[in-house]
Amino acid sequence: MQRQDPLQSPFVPFSPNPSLQQGTPTATAPLKHSLTASQSSNLRYSSSRKSIYDRHLNRTQRSELSKSSFAFLFGEMVQYAQKRVSGIQDLEKKSATPSFVPTHVSPAGPRHLKSLSEAIHSLTPRRLNLHGYTIGQRLLELLLWRDGRSAKRETRILGILQFITTTLYRSIFNKPADALEKSRDNEDEYMLIDNDPMVSSYISIPKEMSQLNCAAFVAGIIEAVLDGCLFPSRVTAHSVPTEQFPGKTVFLIKFDESVLEREAVL
Amino acid sequence: MGILAIMVLNKAGGLIYQRDFNEGLKKLSSNDYLVLAGTFHGVHAITSRVSPVPGSGGLEIMESEHFRMQCFQTLTGTKFLIFAQPHQPNIDVIVKRVYELYADYVMKNPFYQIEMPIRCEAFDRNLLAYIQPRQ
Repeated sequence: MQRQDPLQSPFVPFSPNPSLQQGTPTATAPLKHSLTASQSSNLRYSSSRKSIYDRHLNRTQRSELSKSSFAFLFGEMVQYAQKRVSGIQDLEKKSATPSFVPTHVSPAGPRHLKSLSEAIHSLTPRRLNLHGYTIGQRLLELLLWRDGRSAKRETRILGILQFITTTLYRSIFNKPADALEKSRDNEDEYMLIDNDPMVSSYISIPKEMSQLNCAAFVAGIIEAVLDGCLFPSRVTAHSVPTEQFPGKTVFLIKFDESVLEREAVL
Repeated sequence: MGILAIMVLNKAGGLIYQRDFNEGLKKLSSNDYLVLAGTFHGVHAITSRVSPVPGSGGLEIMESEHFRMQCFQTLTGTKFLIFAQPHQPNIDVIVKRVYELYADYVMKNPFYQIEMPIRCEAFDRNLLAYIQPRQ
């Protein structure tokens, strides 16, 4: 695969207009380039000159994906999430941004972490969560579109959780989630339980990183769907290994106060 | 079936995994296991050279009164050694399955560093779950 020069690249569907982007301005490529570029087949343009964006959105609805290839891809994503910090300065810069502070991992905040490696490990779930978040945003749109006329806007907490455990889970993992529970201690917390998360079925977490759960990626997807339906919340993944299910994961969903206030009114 | 032990050697001849499945085996020190693996690696290389048949893949089976050892070398040079009881049938199937488990739970684990000792809890668990009911 050859990487194309930005000036040579044809118009890519769904990518923002380069003239609207910040940074160095680039001339918009003339249309004739897109004709020459689509002659050869590459990932975006097949030999039939149709990109994946030209396909019908329902075409991949029932299709299945190789679990092995996903496992390798996800493995690289986990490594990427760990490696991206190049030094302590880079780390501090990232953790200065409020969205990067892993409050759910270390309540004391990253400043009190003992070492750099420990700090990196505590940031990894947040990064995986962000990866998942971008997927969840798109997935919600797609699922609602596929529902067609029967699509419904969920307004109640139970309704949206039901949507996640059945529709969303079935569309990505081809099975519903294993359980949904309400926290006994906190009014605003719900727990979604997956006995064996597909994404981490081949992953063994080393002992020194026992806090990490790679299903943080799935937590990000759930968080994005909840946010997209106007249920602002924070979703985190926690390992609860049992004898029967060593990979058992609990997704802790903590809703924003505004959600509970609205729920009380409804 | 009687599987006694399983070892995995990396392509440099280093021992990256060793596990006994039988109580009665004599325990060696970890250094001895490393020496054993290194020696076998050398012997395997020699046998593939001295073989009268051209293009030989080297030592595959070694039989003794008390055990039978089967070696399976993957295309990448990783070796799986299975020590079993002398008249153990279907070792080929077992080797293949162990290789499959290795490919799944070791190679797809982002925390495993290639050529390094295998410390993957999921691999241990699944290997034991496969071997134990067949003992």
